[in-house]
Amino acid sequence: MLSTMMRRAGKCAAVAAAGLMMMSAQAAEPIKIGSFLSVTGPASFLGDPELKTLEMYVEKINEDGGVLGRQLELIHYDDVGNASSARNFASRLLRSDRVDIIVGGSTTGATMAAVPLVEQAGVPFISLAGAVVITTPVKKWVFKTPQTDRMAAERVLGDMKERGLTKVGLISGTGGFGSSGRAQTLEVAEMMGVEIVADETYSGSDTDMTAQLTNIRNTDGVQAVLNFGFGQGPAIVTRNYNQLGIELPFYQSHGVASDSFLELAGDAAEGLRLPASPLLVPDSLPESDPQKEVVQNYKSEYEARWDSKVSTFGAYAYDGLMLAVRAIEEAGSTDPEAVRDALESISGYVGVTGEFNMSPEDHNGLDADSFRILEVQNGDWKLID
Amino acid sequence: MFSEFLQYLFTGVTIGATYALIALGFTLIYNASHVINFAQGEFLMIGGMATVSLTAMGVPMILAVVLAVVLAGILGILLQRFAIAPAKQADVVTLIIITIGASIFIRGIAQIVWGKEYHVMQNFTSDEPIQVFGAVLNSQSLWVLGIGAVLVVALVLFFTRTLIGKAILATSMNKEAARLVGIRTQMVLMLAFMVSALLGSVAGIVVAPITFTSYDIGIILGLKGFVAAAIGGLGSGLGAVVGGLLLGVVEAMSAGYLSSDYKDAVAFSMILLVLFFLPRGLFGAKVVERV
Repeated sequence: MLSTMMRRAGKCAAVAAAGLMMMSAQAAEPIKIGSFLSVTGPASFLGDPELKTLEMYVEKINEDGGVLGRQLELIHYDDVGNASSARNFASRLLRSDRVDIIVGGSTTGATMAAVPLVEQAGVPFISLAGAVVITTPVKKWVFKTPQTDRMAAERVLGDMKERGLTKVGLISGTGGFGSSGRAQTLEVAEMMGVEIVADETYSGSDTDMTAQLTNIRNTDGVQAVLNFGFGQGPAIVTRNYNQLGIELPFYQSHGVASDSFLELAGDAAEGLRLPASPLLVPDSLPESDPQKEVVQNYKSEYEARWDSKVSTFGAYAYDGLMLAVRAIEEAGSTDPEAVRDALESISGYVGVTGEFNMSPEDHNGLDADSFRILEVQNGDWKLID
Repeated sequence: MFSEFLQYLFTGVTIGATYALIALGFTLIYNASHVINFAQGEFLMIGGMATVSLTAMGVPMILAVVLAVVLAGILGILLQRFAIAPAKQADVVTLIIITIGASIFIRGIAQIVWGKEYHVMQNFTSDEPIQVFGAVLNSQSLWVLGIGAVLVVALVLFFTRTLIGKAILATSMNKEAARLVGIRTQMVLMLAFMVSALLGSVAGIVVAPITFTSYDIGIILGLKGFVAAAIGGLGSGLGAVVGGLLLGVVEAMSAGYLSSDYKDAVAFSMILLVLFFLPRGLFGAKVVERV
């Protein structure tokens, strides 16, 4: 008799325990963060630091107890810089992995390929790519962390105007980055009352831009030169500029804001200015700058963990992940609708790239001032503004 | 006005001299085997990249250059031994496709060994540009032109004065007959690949201070070199030199006087024109089809 009762009680306890375990398992189900990045292939200089950043901070957040008491799970794919595989992976993330939010898309092409799927599935998507088209016009589910090339143009032309330079010679690469930058520069120049007096281009594989620069130099009234380009082209332009002995103030775009550019261009880069992330000059930011601490922390943590130089592109992923975490915390759940609304109302988040103030009209949330104007002095970056 | 013209001319001649050296490499192998070696650009890349990485390791510049050229030469021999020779009886088109495969393979290896970044090489002599009638000439351009000229003269002497050179010529004219008179045609082919690899790597080294160098620099420069060879007439040494210089100067002039957007378009339409009126190129041999 007693033994039967004991057995029954034991059964009850077992059932109860099993139930409890199931409940806690449900509570601890991880939050799935999906990502597709160009980790290999021609855009690997974007995807590689981005993935490293995501991996590192997901790990760190999990060690600190996760988000809403749940662990984060990073599911990522490598799109090799190819828009059509980006689309396939986005579809896999949405349909079979059923992720709660996507942070990814290293290039504008990959991002735009995934946008229709994301909009249809109704899952928040934070892109890490640059072009204006991603968030203009505003798409309900799509956000992005990097500044646009338009802001770069605004910042450069603004700095020129401050120095009293209003007649500008433009030289740009014919690749996606250069041609989009050229179009934005022409538009912004018209709005700001700056005159583009020369407009030259070069293709990405060109090895000498002396002819184009000679044309610009010989243009009447030109007061400054701006180069919008990417890769090794701008470094060759810089060297040719120096060889031709052109004395006009010289500007580059944020496309070359990295230490490897300084290495390629060498002494020829002396004195040129460009808009860039404060990540290049963390130590010269004034103490009052709210970004100083975030930037310094990210730089030292990244470099300690991966033993390689920190890059601006990894910072986009850092901001993307932190915005996602913040939105989920604010929403108190992973309900897509609630997370999206929380993302849209984020304001005053200080990231590595800048201060984000999202709104229903602005899914990027940065303003042009998040770019700093740097000048190359003695082979290093110097903060000007 | 004149200084402007001079500036475009300097730019064109410098890059044209590079195209000419690459075109000569194409010509050499084409002559010996009727194969167009699309791995020619990779020799260029090997030359530049090996020199850069050796100097970074602390090897003196001169030694690094010699080692890089030797490395490229060995690669040329290996390419012929292990990729071309095994496909003995294959027709020319198959061999050409093999060279394309080899170039992708070499580029892949280079990417793994040296990474994807661009690298800088110092000018051989001073960084100070030279002023000529208001135009500016990079001192490295003089090196490109000088070394190019020396190589062309050396090649001419090699083909007209040495037995090996004559053996290569004989093989190119008639493989069967050459074999009958005791020329080891496989050996000759190997030599042709080696010499063309040496040429390519030297070109790669002298232009590296101007263009930078990276694992994929060979693609576009190799293509331009091929275009130069085709304009000059495949198989003609003189044609390769003239074709290269012409292509370089036309590119620079159209970038300067027309529009930089149409630079490549002008260069490539020039090829269409040349080949339309002179299907064998400017200096191509008149070949009579034997029945």
